[in-house]
Amino acid sequence: MGAVHINAKDIHYTQLNEQIRTIVARGGKEIILDNILGQRFIADGLRGENVTITINGVPGGDLAMFMSGPTIIVHGNADHAPGNTMDKGTVIIHGSAGDAVAHSMRGGRIYVRDNIGYRGGIHMKQYMGKRPILVVGGSAQAFLGEYMAGGLLIVLGLNDAAPVSERGVGSGIHGGEIIVRGEVEEKYLGMGAKQQPLTSEQRAEILPVIEDFARVFNIDKEPLLAAEYSRIIPAHARPFANKYTWE
Amino acid sequence: MSIGSTPMKFRVTIDPERCMNCGRCVENCSYGVFRREGDSIRINSRNCAACHRCIAFCPRDAIEIEEKPNDYRSHPVWTREVREAIFNQARTGRIILSGMGNAKPYPIIFDQLVLDACQVTNPSIDPLREPMELRTYLGKKPASLSLRPLPDGEVELRTKLTPNLQIETPIMIGHMSYGAISLNAQTALAKAVSRVGTFMGTGEGGLHESLYPYQDHMIVQVASGRFGVDINYLERGAAIEIKIGQGAKPGIGGHLPGDKVCTDISCTRMIPEGSDAISPAPHHDIYSIEDLKQLVRSLKEATEWKKPVFVKIAAVHNSAAIAAGIARSGADAVVVDGFRGGSGATPRVFRDHVGIPVEAAVASVDAKLRDQGIRNEVSIIASGGIRESADVAKIICLGADAVYIGTSALVAMGCRVCGTCYKGTCAWGIATQKPELVRRLDVETNAVQVENLIHGWTLELAELMGAAGINSIESLRGNRDRLRGYMLDEGLLQVLDVKTVGA
Repeated sequence: MGAVHINAKDIHYTQLNEQIRTIVARGGKEIILDNILGQRFIADGLRGENVTITINGVPGGDLAMFMSGPTIIVHGNADHAPGNTMDKGTVIIHGSAGDAVAHSMRGGRIYVRDNIGYRGGIHMKQYMGKRPILVVGGSAQAFLGEYMAGGLLIVLGLNDAAPVSERGVGSGIHGGEIIVRGEVEEKYLGMGAKQQPLTSEQRAEILPVIEDFARVFNIDKEPLLAAEYSRIIPAHARPFANKYTWE
Repeated sequence: MSIGSTPMKFRVTIDPERCMNCGRCVENCSYGVFRREGDSIRINSRNCAACHRCIAFCPRDAIEIEEKPNDYRSHPVWTREVREAIFNQARTGRIILSGMGNAKPYPIIFDQLVLDACQVTNPSIDPLREPMELRTYLGKKPASLSLRPLPDGEVELRTKLTPNLQIETPIMIGHMSYGAISLNAQTALAKAVSRVGTFMGTGEGGLHESLYPYQDHMIVQVASGRFGVDINYLERGAAIEIKIGQGAKPGIGGHLPGDKVCTDISCTRMIPEGSDAISPAPHHDIYSIEDLKQLVRSLKEATEWKKPVFVKIAAVHNSAAIAAGIARSGADAVVVDGFRGGSGATPRVFRDHVGIPVEAAVASVDAKLRDQGIRNEVSIIASGGIRESADVAKIICLGADAVYIGTSALVAMGCRVCGTCYKGTCAWGIATQKPELVRRLDVETNAVQVENLIHGWTLELAELMGAAGINSIESLRGNRDRLRGYMLDEGLLQVLDVKTVGA
């Protein structure tokens, strides 16, 4: 089956997802959705290996929620929480995204070319072979990586903006790591987060991810590979261990 | 040591006349009360949690546990509990963690409501002779039906029905996660509900693969930590429940300490071994009632609209308005968890002081939904402090469709309500992950006991209904005329919409 086009104009998300599921069930590997305008839940809970869905337009909230496998390429901005509780697969957004991007994401990758809203990467977690990656080209707003329990979150601060200059960065973080180009002003770090320079091993580990991001969006990778990065991690492994006493 | 040691909570003694020195108390106590020294058994009463494991296994009834053997100087305001909480916090500067449900002696509304029975003017029904309809369907009911007659005399239903859960008795088992309780305890509950034809909740701990055979009787929970949640989990459940709040700790999240996250729990919750499992206070994709609607729909969309989605809230002052929002969110049932609801570990200040009783909350939720003409949009499931079949009957009269039980089901497995679940050393193998303790809980025996309990309550419910001349649970639901308030104040009678005894 070749690429399948769906004209999504005025189609409700449920019908749209039904069509997508049917195409994938029949072995379709490439789906192109045209005229997407605010439909929520696209590819919600969708399974499928080597399935690519191209979205032309602006999808609504919870894009690729619970998704397990496919690749989604958005030519436009995305609303809030793309990759919410996502398990596996890739989401590439040629634009910006709203709040709670990659909320509770457990696996796969999300690349956002431009900016994201509040609570980006909140409560991302990892488990065994599954380690979610969120890379943001532009900047993020407050509570970036809050409650983060695992995974890798990179904010590059391209477009002449600092990666993040708002409060609550990594507040309650108890696993995973947030990498920013340059560094975050200490006053913006949340409770329980600390910032460190990268060791050369840590740097070597993230550079392939950044290189891949640059390749996907056709950005000059050299300045990114040469840049300095900092790493925000939990100040303590068990942030709540000393909060309670037994009755 | 400026505070010194506080008086013992319990004093354990062994009657030397009766003791045969068998040592079963030493083997059974997981709190370290008993130890053998030479030929004698020594006792450290300070370790005792009054879980009664030793008493239950002493073949000679030789053990006695006395509660509070040394009194403080009595005072009605500065109670023992208040003084000891101050000592504790003066020493530690921490939040006091407690177990089980609300432990303050608030009046219990259930115990001030009485049920009706028929005398002469309408006959009671004998459940031995007449069929009693206890089957309940949880989920949306259409506001109207569109029917079309067919040429062959049959009638076609044109209204599209939404999926409902069919339960054979209005008693289900609430969400107690693997982590809060042991896998053996969960398995016993799962076997019991499968046999009775009802359902249980997974809690926010994922669904262990050994429970897959019972998945058609499991309601999978999606809470703020999203532990164990993926598309497979959602598809396995018979229904999905979004946990917004819990009656034992309204408004706050939960922390499963890393030392309880063993290998098996780690893979069920899908988090690394030994890491803290933190469920934030709010869902961070729900900051409004509109966002809740979005989560409800995202779960339905992910499971192709085949599963009912429930929303559980703690019973709080504003429950009725919140439930009305839930009813409009597309959810199929609202679970109202009262302030007596249990918990493995809860800050004492929340357990004892936050939230309202389920009786008042359910009555006001039911009334609000009826006022707005949307009662058919959601079922109401009541939980938190349901102790006996009479409570089930009374809460159904106040408007509930069904109940969740939690503590009652644990008591059916041996729990003595000692309230030290948070220590993780439950001698009954229920609230622990220690393999040597978990092994004590025989799955099959306990499954039968839980099944017996639900069966016994169901029989009593049928008898109560028959006595009231009612042969279908639907006629009991919201039937406040079958209740009377005994010594309840006028304000509460109004909230419950119940008359006083004698009226």
